[in-house]
Amino acid sequence: MRRTGLALIAIVAFLAAAAPLISPHDPATKYEDCMYAPPTRLHLRDAGGRWHWPFFHPVRLVDRLESRFEEDSSRMVPLELFARGALIGEADPRAGVWLPLGADSFGRDLFARILHGARISLGVAALAVLGSLLIGVAVGGAAGYFGGALDEALMRLAEMVVVLPTVYLVLTLRAVLPLVLEPAQIFALMVGIFALVGWPFVARGVRGIVASERRREYAEAARAAGAGHARILFRHLLPASLGHLGIQATLLLPAFILAEATLSYVGVGFFDPTPTWGTMLQEAANVSALARFPWLLAPAGGIFAIVLGVNLVVQGTRGRERRVRALRHVW
Amino acid sequence: MVRLVARRAAFGVLLVFVVSSGAVLLTRVAPGSVVADLVAAGASKEEIQRERHRYGLDRPILEQYGSWLSHAARMDFGESLMFPGHRVGALVRERAANTALLALVALAVATLVGIPLGVVSGSRHSGLVAAAIRAAALFCLSVPPLLTSLVLVFVAARTGWLPIGGMTSIDATSAGWLPWLRDVAWHLPLPAIALALPLAAVLERLQSQSIGETLGEPYMLATRARGVGRGRLVWRDGFKASVGPVASIYGLMIGSLLSGSFVVEIVTSWPGLGRLMFDALRAHDPYLVAGCATLGSVFLAAGTLISDVTLAVADPRVRSGEPT
Repeated sequence: MRRTGLALIAIVAFLAAAAPLISPHDPATKYEDCMYAPPTRLHLRDAGGRWHWPFFHPVRLVDRLESRFEEDSSRMVPLELFARGALIGEADPRAGVWLPLGADSFGRDLFARILHGARISLGVAALAVLGSLLIGVAVGGAAGYFGGALDEALMRLAEMVVVLPTVYLVLTLRAVLPLVLEPAQIFALMVGIFALVGWPFVARGVRGIVASERRREYAEAARAAGAGHARILFRHLLPASLGHLGIQATLLLPAFILAEATLSYVGVGFFDPTPTWGTMLQEAANVSALARFPWLLAPAGGIFAIVLGVNLVVQGTRGRERRVRALRHVW
Repeated sequence: MVRLVARRAAFGVLLVFVVSSGAVLLTRVAPGSVVADLVAAGASKEEIQRERHRYGLDRPILEQYGSWLSHAARMDFGESLMFPGHRVGALVRERAANTALLALVALAVATLVGIPLGVVSGSRHSGLVAAAIRAAALFCLSVPPLLTSLVLVFVAARTGWLPIGGMTSIDATSAGWLPWLRDVAWHLPLPAIALALPLAAVLERLQSQSIGETLGEPYMLATRARGVGRGRLVWRDGFKASVGPVASIYGLMIGSLLSGSFVVEIVTSWPGLGRLMFDALRAHDPYLVAGCATLGSVFLAAGTLISDVTLAVADPRVRSGEPT
């Protein structure tokens, strides 16, 4: 179960990393007469019953107002390997566009946007996890090692952040900062906000581990041998918290992905031309469009895959407390 | 025990204080304001000055905060800037009631579905039923409220079985309260189910693990050896012994319910506290934001306190301050 979960997360991460190589189209290209085009059906046999390498019939816009499409079965467009620098795709988009998951309201390829969106959605989440781990280790390590008033103050603060619902915290922090920014600035801002919200989850565990390991014989021995604070902390005590860090990273990742999706969905995260899972889901906020073009929900599949992967990992892990803690993370 | 409760209660008070203060100060220092919107609407200089003065926005930030604090201590949360002429207290109370209705129904549904299924799947190691429940729970655990609400809205819009959003389609004052109540009950299932599904999965998993561990205890084997039937063993003895640890997380669920209901409220246009706070944040209405944050944090503080106390009652190690 654990392995399946890790594999699932790894596959999504790989697809995100390799997006420019896999994606058949540019995520920003708006194909003419493809607004809300349905996912393209692939065929293996033609009308005469002969077998072919996968091909599709290009769609034709029948009714612009209702966005109704029809397959033009007189024309066959074959898929080609390594077409136009992508792994697989049609040779010439002018002859017919291959839309594996359909198109959005601008006629953009949803599949390409999900792949490229994964880079941003996962990128924000992964960097924020890294930031949370760094701050969490520093704060938790200092609190656990030195103890005293510093420990008390830092842990009260951490507890307060942990108790608050993440969505509200993130939302409030985001709402008090300038709204309209460059995508790169939004990216950095989101990573910063998420890391600020995520570190206490890490710090609390690290503090506990360091505080108890500090009294063990090997730490005494290191001290007796003349090691300084920094050396004892980094060389001897913090490695004991690696397991905890692994679990926290697994739990924070989906929480941050969801936070990005929520912020962008409600309109205070990334904005439209930038493809992320959240901005894409915003198209589904238009209920009348959603009812007729269900493929607008496709980015939900990416979120589902990541959360499912994490749940598989968590369910496969021993220990009830960890699983209880998992509940509080994901949303 | 008394010391523990006192300590946790003090933490709760501190939490409410920090959250509400943070909300006032943060929204006050944020760029843009309601007054800026007035300028955009073409108000004259005098009008703007008068408005700023009326809401105390022309005073230094600390003075303004101090006056807010002294009023808030007397349960007076000021006037909303976004809805001129409305008291923050009344607005927040009305919306909080809507959120509480949604959250409580969702929690009840999740409990009624999740706990019995957890007992069934946790008491059997193999079998088709247990495997199906486990798979369904894993699936529901992986669709957060953002996705469940979007999917349910899609289903509702496609089939017309349920209304796609809002809390009412008729007005209570014009139609009388009985039709109004029926109308609310008609609008409630969609957001409630969207919120309840992932929660039910969480409860199912916890109950399943808890009863699984309980049934493995030697005293359960002894009970079985004494001739107690399997159904009675699972549903009476096993259930009683295993439900305590699960019950202790109900207090913690308030945080999840608040987070989850925020998303559900936005997607399904449910007029709740989360939506109000979001609108207030976007409109830079510091008093309304602070009012929402204060009430939300009171809920939270109460939830954590309840959870800590139940845990302490259930587990003597927590009571004496030992690490678990």
